[in-house]
Formats: sequence, structure tokens, C-alpha cells
Amino acid sequence: MHNEQNGKRKLVVIGNGMAPGRALERLFEASPDGYDVTIFNAEPRVNYDRIMLSPILSGEKKFEEIVIHGDGWYVDHGVTLYKGHKVTAIDRAAKTVTSEHGETVGYDKLIIATGSVPIVIPVPGHKLAGVLTYRDLDDVNAMLLAAKSGGRAVVIGGGLLGLEAAAGLKAQGMEVTVLHLMPTLMERQLDPAAGYLLKCAVETRGIDVITKANTHEIVGSDPAAGPPRVKAVRLDDGTIIPCDMVVMAVGIRPNMALAKEAGLNVNRGIVVADDMRTSDPDIFALGECAEASGQVFGLVAPLYDMANVVAQQLAGNSEATFHPTATATKLKVTGINLFSAGDFADGPDREEIVLRDAARNVYKRLVIKGNTLVGVVMYGETSDGAWFFDLIKRATDITDLRETLIFGQDYAGGSPLDPTAAVAALPDDAEICGCNGIRKGQIVKAIVDKGLTSIDDVRAHTKASASCGTCSGLVEQLLQLALGEAYNPAAVQPMCGCTDLGHDDVRRLIVAKGLKNIPELMQQLEWKSSGGCAKCRPALNYYMLATWPGEYEDDGQSRFINERVHANIQKDGTFSVVPRMWGGMTSAAELRAIADIVDKFKIPTVKVTGGQRIDMLGVSKEDLPAVWSDLNKAGLVSGAAYAKGLRTVKTCVGKEWCRFGTQDSTGLGVKLEKFLWGSWTPAKVKLAVSGCPRNCSEATCKDVGVICVDSGYEIHYAGAAGLDIKGTEVLCHAASEDETIEITAALIQLYREQARYLERIYKWAKRVGADSIKAQVVDDLDKRKALVERFVYSQKFAQIDPWAERAQGKDAHEFSPIRDLRIPEAAE
Amino acid sequence: MTMMEKNWIEIGTLDDIPRQGARVLKTRLGCVAVFRTADDEVFALDDKCPHKGGPLSQGIVHGMSVTCPLHNWVISLETGSAAGADSGQVRTHRVRVEQRRIYIDASALHTSEVM
Ligand code: SRM
Ligand SMILES: Cc1cc2nc3c(=O)[nH]c(=O)nc-3n(C[C@H](O)[C@H](O)[C@H](O)COP(=O)(O)OP(=O)(O)OC[C@H]3O[C@@H](n4cnc5c(N)ncnc54)[C@H](O)[C@@H]3O)c2cc1C
Ligand code: SF4
Ligand code: FES
Repeated sequence: MHNEQNGKRKLVVIGNGMAPGRALERLFEASPDGYDVTIFNAEPRVNYDRIMLSPILSGEKKFEEIVIHGDGWYVDHGVTLYKGHKVTAIDRAAKTVTSEHGETVGYDKLIIATGSVPIVIPVPGHKLAGVLTYRDLDDVNAMLLAAKSGGRAVVIGGGLLGLEAAAGLKAQGMEVTVLHLMPTLMERQLDPAAGYLLKCAVETRGIDVITKANTHEIVGSDPAAGPPRVKAVRLDDGTIIPCDMVVMAVGIRPNMALAKEAGLNVNRGIVVADDMRTSDPDIFALGECAEASGQVFGLVAPLYDMANVVAQQLAGNSEATFHPTATATKLKVTGINLFSAGDFADGPDREEIVLRDAARNVYKRLVIKGNTLVGVVMYGETSDGAWFFDLIKRATDITDLRETLIFGQDYAGGSPLDPTAAVAALPDDAEICGCNGIRKGQIVKAIVDKGLTSIDDVRAHTKASASCGTCSGLVEQLLQLALGEAYNPAAVQPMCGCTDLGHDDVRRLIVAKGLKNIPELMQQLEWKSSGGCAKCRPALNYYMLATWPGEYEDDGQSRFINERVHANIQKDGTFSVVPRMWGGMTSAAELRAIADIVDKFKIPTVKVTGGQRIDMLGVSKEDLPAVWSDLNKAGLVSGAAYAKGLRTVKTCVGKEWCRFGTQDSTGLGVKLEKFLWGSWTPAKVKLAVSGCPRNCSEATCKDVGVICVDSGYEIHYAGAAGLDIKGTEVLCHAASEDETIEITAALIQLYREQARYLERIYKWAKRVGADSIKAQVVDDLDKRKALVERFVYSQKFAQIDPWAERAQGKDAHEFSPIRDLRIPEAAE
Repeated sequence: MTMMEKNWIEIGTLDDIPRQGARVLKTRLGCVAVFRTADDEVFALDDKCPHKGGPLSQGIVHGMSVTCPLHNWVISLETGSAAGADSGQVRTHRVRVEQRRIYIDASALHTSEVM
């Protein structure tokens, strides 16, 4: 079907996006006279830089500035461009394409480059006026028009496009809320740490971000008041966000309908071989619509590589093939610097180098496999992005660069940095600790004159690093400089391999720096791993919970299984269930209910525990919510036998019945348990109340024990009867039940605030000293009162029966399999 | 089913598993633990610790490992091998995630579902 006049072959292109634009440029270079080209484009315009739509939306650029090929280019290359012509059919037998306006053109070779279509989530209201997508210039114009009347825009989707749309609409003066389904933004390109920093930066711009937000419905205005349009968005949790515009930016789907109808092989996209040919060798597919090596693409870099291959093939080079390589992402929002490239998942065969500079909000993470760099995520400081990306793509051997790799190209190959060199170079009057105004000279002098050897010594003598702690690193370097080999920084036992900080430092810094969640903490305290480990995460989760009651949202995935599902795992993977029996008291009704449940769920073992209550052992995980529901009906709640929290309050019969009893020990035990239950503590807490010094409830080996005497109550604490055996120490004498409860609560609160995770009360007391504890919970009445108030406040959020919540459906995913293949399912 | 090979079966979506968490897949030949890492990678291992058969699905997921809930062995999600001084290996299953849907290679599951 050569052109009769000039003998050229006929090339038809469907779609005039960035990918075919590049292919034609390359083709005209390689074979200037090879083809007569006809392009059909559904969009009524020339080829433009789609990537730059965001600067148009924000007002930073005009359309003319982003045109790639002006009308003149088509004339110069003899290209026929049908603008605003959508192709509706390909006739492969006749080798023609036909547009919706009835234009039919024959081809020798055909390129399908139909790009993608934006995904619209089919929630109720998705067709209302005011619901827009973000793909082409028409979408941008529609957004600009709507933005003129101000109001609020809700952007659904916190990926690259959604955030760019949000920033653009904000720049146009709208209020903007971004809804994102996942816990962190841009989760496909960023790890959670960088996603967290991004969220902070977006919020600083005055854009609201709601993560884990599932859109339930788009609410329309009252039809009586004219054609309905968007009025609000309602989330699954019932939250309503009034708005005037909704932008859906939840993803794209390769546009392959035309190819499919023409009988070409399609899967997620139009399937092409390495040579970019579809199942019909005369037809190429190119760009976002194509699926190559089992992948589809959404960034231009690989599309340009494809374009090159198509051009080469058309020019006669049958050797040219396409192989996807790593891609890099940047966000085009002025003032936000982020970069990610390659594969940044971690793994046992991979190592990571993490650099965090909390003061400058910088986070960098390199992922290394063998001798090569395979992935990089950077936030805040991205100038080395191109260099890192190049190392990834070339699979450069980085053995020699490794020491200083994270510092970027400037340091590459240089001598490894001596971290103390910078501090050594500082003048004596350089301020080290900003909080307390302490200078280098003062610190060095104190170290030398007073023979200080640890950072704690320096804090005690100079106050340097005693407040916010950000200068701890500098102080350590000064110690290192002054003492040389003699300095042993490991004097502080780090929490785990993810940090050099000890538990006490972390607890102090959480308060001093107002750190309110784990990703934020890991960033600010420069964690060395990207997501922590099984040792630090449960500890951090407790510290957050204890420090920010009511504010911090518990992170179930950072809890050991027992606390995550509120039951104790057994060696065979089943669970045990221990309901509370307040002070060891029970009743016929409770026992009957337990008996019924044991029968109903065929629970194999029922045992009286060493803690004066009943344990049902061998319950399958899936049965737990139903068992709890039945227990709840009988008034029984979780005994927290699994918790780093209040366990049991054992009692003896006391004055009610016993001939030696001096006070109502049972009643006091019940009161204590009702006051204290639910609280999370660094390690488990067990109490006992005995009615006389004969001590039948074994109160003198408990975390807190009360011995009733004629004159009142002797409060004991810091006993142990597990791995260690230790009798309690006397804390004080209390005159009334109320005073006993108050002092106990103050003691437990102080323990909650000071102890290291997993440190039982007797170990904490030994470390901080009995005098300091007594001073705060017994002698200083104001401190005691304040401690009790903080305890009572935290109990508002803790005294919720976790079994009841789960019996009603909370964390349902924990108790059901993702799928049960034993149950046959009808074939799709 | 758009999956190319017949023995891949869909078991759910990425959103069914919490990040740094796991769900159980029940099969006629026992349970398989399906994990999702912080970076959204998905792995499937027999739900049986090589030490004493602990249910790995109940452990804490960190990096590309899970710590067994019974005696704290650390198992690699990628290889199924125990880390450090402990030695043992659990069978892994091939999984793939496409458009947030999770598919598992059923060839080793021997269920009647394989079409
Ligand atoms: C059920 C029970 C044994 C029984 O059948 O009586 C029991 C069972 C377990 N104890 Fe205990 N302890 C039980 C009373 C005790 C007592 C006695 C007491 O509370 O008066 C002690 C000594 C007092 C103490 O706490 O120090 C006790 C000291 C321990 C210890 C050592 C703690 C320590 O710091 O020294 C552990 C190990 C640990 O916590 O790390 C432990 C751990 C365990 C664990 C959780 C082991 C585990 O990690 O799986 C057992 C859980 C079984 C289950 O699923 O229910 N259990 N355990 C008792 C439950 C009491 C309750 O009603 O909640
Ligand atoms: C706002 C925005 C920002 C982006 N930012 C970046 C970025 O920072 N970095 C990056 O790498 N990528 C970015 N992208 C993605 C990038 O723009 C695309 O990957 C690229 O433009 C796709 O090129 P394409 O040629 O495959 O398809 P497209 O550019 O989508 O072109 C397809 C064309 O085909 C036309 N068409 C469809 N069907 C027919 C038919 N039947 N008949 C005729 N014509 C038809 C369409 O109208 C369209 O004009 C961004 C995209 C958007 C929307
Ligand atoms: S003493 Fe406690 S931990 Fe040991 S076997 Fe008995 S219940 Fe288990
Ligand atoms: S069974 Fe897993 S560590 Fe023992």
C-alpha cells in the first residue's frame, strides 16, 4: 500500500501523546523519507508535555510553554494530524483505521498509542457535576474554571497526581483536603518514613490530609435547587467533608479497548514482544497502553525507551528491543523535594544505609544488594538523585564508594569522613547545646577538670544535652575527642540495633520533642533501620501510649500476638481465655456461664490459675470473638492475662469471714482492681491484699501488696516471685482505703512514666531508688495528686473492654483467614 | 481470570492484610501465612515455624522477616530460613501482586481448586 506518488510506506498513529511524539522524532532522524505519517488524536490539539499540566494548574506555566510539537512541526515533516478525531475501528484485514467522523485511512504499519484512562471509583455520586479527573488539558481547564468560585476541593488519592492536583488547587485559592486510602502518602514510591515527612510538608502548606480514608459516597445537592452537583464527600467512618469539587486521582488503566476489539492480544495492557510489536506484526503498541515484559508503565522514561525501539524497528533495525529498567519518581510541587528510584524494599540479602538529619528534615535511604545499589528514597535533599539513579541503572560496583556513598557524589571516593573532625574544628565559644546555652569550651573543660566519662556525667555537670537532647551526638563526639580510646559510648545500653539511644533517652526525647507517632520518632531520633524491629517497636508503642493518652493511636502490628488479639497463644497455636474475677470473687451465674461456654465451644481444658481465676485453654482463634461475646453477656470482661498491664489482684477472705481479719481485704482488692484495670504498664503488674500479717494472698511477693492491720493498711511494693524471688519493701502506712488506692495509683503512674519497657516494678525501683519514689508518691502531696490525675485521665481511654470491641467486629481480619481454600467456590 | 497461568489463584487484595501483618490462608494441606511488609511486598510461607511448629502468621513482621510468637526465632520471609544461630527452613510459596490483587501459585497447595 505504498503511496503512489512518492513511493513511501504509510504509517498511521492512533494517539498523539508523548510516547508517539518521541517515536516520530527518532524515526525522522533514522529514516527521513521512509514513511508518510498520519496521526489521529482524540484530544483536539498538538503534542504537549503532559507532565507539565501541574505547573499549568498552579499557574506557574502557560499552555504555549508546554507544547512539544507546534503545528509547524507537522507541516515540516509532512505529517497529517487529525485533531479531535477518535479512532473507532481498526480493520486488520483491510489494513485501515476509521475515525468517529468517518475518516478512513489505510496503513502499512500502525502504532497504537492510546495512553491510559483515569480510574473513577464507582461510589454513589461519581457522575455528579463537579466530579473531575486529572489527565489532560481539558481536565485542567475544568478545574481552573471551578476554582474561580473558591470553596473546598476534595482530592481522592494521595499519589503523585493527587498531590500535584492538591497543590495546584491550593495555589488557585481553594481549600483542599486529600483523602488517601493507605496509611502513608505515595506508598508505591516512598517508604513509610519518607511518606510521613511528605505528609508533614503537605500539611504545612495548609492542605488537609486524611489517610486510611475510604470514600463511601459523593453527596449531591438537593435536585429541587437546580441540577445536582457535588456538595460533600462522606467517608466509611461517617465523616462528612463539605466541598464544591471532587478530583479523582486514584490511578490509571491502560486504554486498550480499541486493540481488544481488533482482536489483538491484550492482558493488563496491549501485549507487545521485545520488539514492541503486538500479536499482529504490522501493529505496534507504544506508551502507557502497552504491556511489555509483563509490566505496564506510568512514567515517561520507559515510554521514551519504547519509542526508540519502535522508531528503530520501523527504520528497519530488527535487532532493537525494549527491556524495562528502574524508574525514578519526583513530585513536581514547588518546595517539596523527594526522589525515589529502583527497588527499595528491604530483605535479608540487602543492606540499607539510612541517613536522617532531623534538624533539616532530611531522610535518605539507600538499599544495597551485593556490590550494587538497587534502590534509593530521599526526602528533603535530593540533589544526588540523578547520580544515585545512574549507579542503579548501570549496576555500578560501589565497593569503593560505600563508606561515604550516602553523602552523595561530592564525597564519592574521598577519604572516609572522620565524624569528630568537624567538632574538633569548632572554636571554643561555639554553642553546642542551644537549649541551655552551653559552649564547647565549657564542656571540654568540665570533661577534663572533673574527669567525666559519660554523656550522663556531662549532663549532670553542665546541663549540655539535658533538655531536648538533639546535641547528644555532638556531646558524645566531644567526649570522644577529649578522652580518645578511653571513651566508651556503649555505657548506655541501646534499645536495640536500630538506634544508639537507650530507653531512658528515648522516653525523655518523646516528651521533650513532642514525638507523637512511631514514624515521626524514627525520623527525629535518626533510627538506623527504616521500620524498626521486633524489639523496639513494642517498646515504642508502649511509650507513645503512656505519654500521649487519648492522642496516640495504638499500633497493633507493633504488639506481640497476645496483646494484639487479647488472648494468650499456646504451643499448638490455639489460645487461652482468662476473664476477670474481681479480687478472685465469682458467682454461680458466672460459673454457669463459663460451663456453658466450655460445652458450646468444646473447650478442652479448664483450669484454676495461680492468680485466683479461671483459664479456658485450647480455644481456636476464629472462635475467640464468639466466646468473648458469650462471656460479655454474663458480665465477664477480659482479665488481661496477656497484657503488659494490670493482671490480677489476689485477695484473701478478710474481715468478712476470717477470724483473724482486720479489714475488708476482699472488698479493697476488688476496688483496687476496678480502679486499675485496663491500664498498660511497662511490664505486667500484679497486686494482692491480705487481711492480716499471716498474708494468705501472698501480698509480700507482689509488685504491690497491701497488708491490712488494725490501724489501717501497710502498702508494700517491689516484690518478685517469678524468675527472681524477693520480698517486698514497705512504702508507707495508709489510714483509709481511699488513701491506699490513691497511693497505689500514684505509684503505678510513676512506674508507667519512668520504667523501661519490660522492667518489672522491683527492677525499676532498684534503678531509680526507693527514696525518689517515696518522695513523689508519699511525701509530696502535690506530686502525688498530679500523678493520680494523670493516671485517671489515661484510664478514660484504657478502661474499654477489648473483648467487647472485638466481639462487635473490631480487627475482624485478625480472626478470619484471608481465604479458605477448603471450601470450594464457584468458578468465576 | 486475567492471570496468564492457570495455577495462580486469587486469594484477596493487598488491603486485606495490614502492613507489617499477616493473614492465614487455609488449604486442605494446612495453613499458609500470607505476609505484607511495610513496603507492600507480599510473601507466603507455610504457617509452621521450623523450630516447633509455631504459627508464624501470628508473629511480629519487621523488615523482610517475621519473629515467631512462640520462641522468637526470626524467619526470613523471602527464603523461609531461620536467621542467626538457629537453623531450619520452612517452605515458601510463590505469590504475585497485580493491581493490588494477591495471587498465589497453587501448584504446591494441591487443592481441588486448581483449574
Ligand atoms: C495461667 C498461669 C499459670 C496457672 O495456670 O496458674 C500463668 C501462665 C503463664 N505465665 Fe505466669 N501464670 C500464672 C501465674 C503466675 C504467677 C503467680 C501469680 O500471679 O501470683 C507468677 C509469679 C509472680 C510474678 O508474676 O512474678 C508468674 C510468673 C510468670 C513469669 C515470670 C515473671 C517475672 O518477671 O519473673 C512469666 C514470664 C514472663 O512474664 O516473661 C510468666 C508467663 C506466663 C505465660 C504467659 C507464659 C507465656 O509467655 O506464654 C503463661 C501463659 C499461659 C496462658 O496462656 O494462660 N509467668 N505467673 C497463671 C495466670 C495467672 C492469672 O490468672 O493471670
Ligand atoms: C498531571 C500529570 C502529571 C504527570 N507527571 C509525570 C511526571 O512527573 N513524570 C513522569 O514520568 N510522568 C508523569 N505523568 C505521566 C505521563 O504524562 C504519561 O506517562 C505519558 O504522558 C503517557 O504518554 P502516552 O503517549 O502513552 O499517552 P498519552 O499522553 O495519554 O496520550 C494518549 C493520547 O491518545 C489519545 N487517544 C486515546 N484513544 C484514542 C483513540 N481511540 N483515537 C485517537 N486518539 C486517542 C488521547 O486523547 C491522548 O491524547 C504525568 C501525567 C499526568 C496526567
Ligand atoms: S510455670 Fe508458667 S510459664 Fe512455666 S510452664 Fe507453667 S504456666 Fe508456663
Ligand atoms: S516454634 Fe517458632 S520459635 Fe519455637
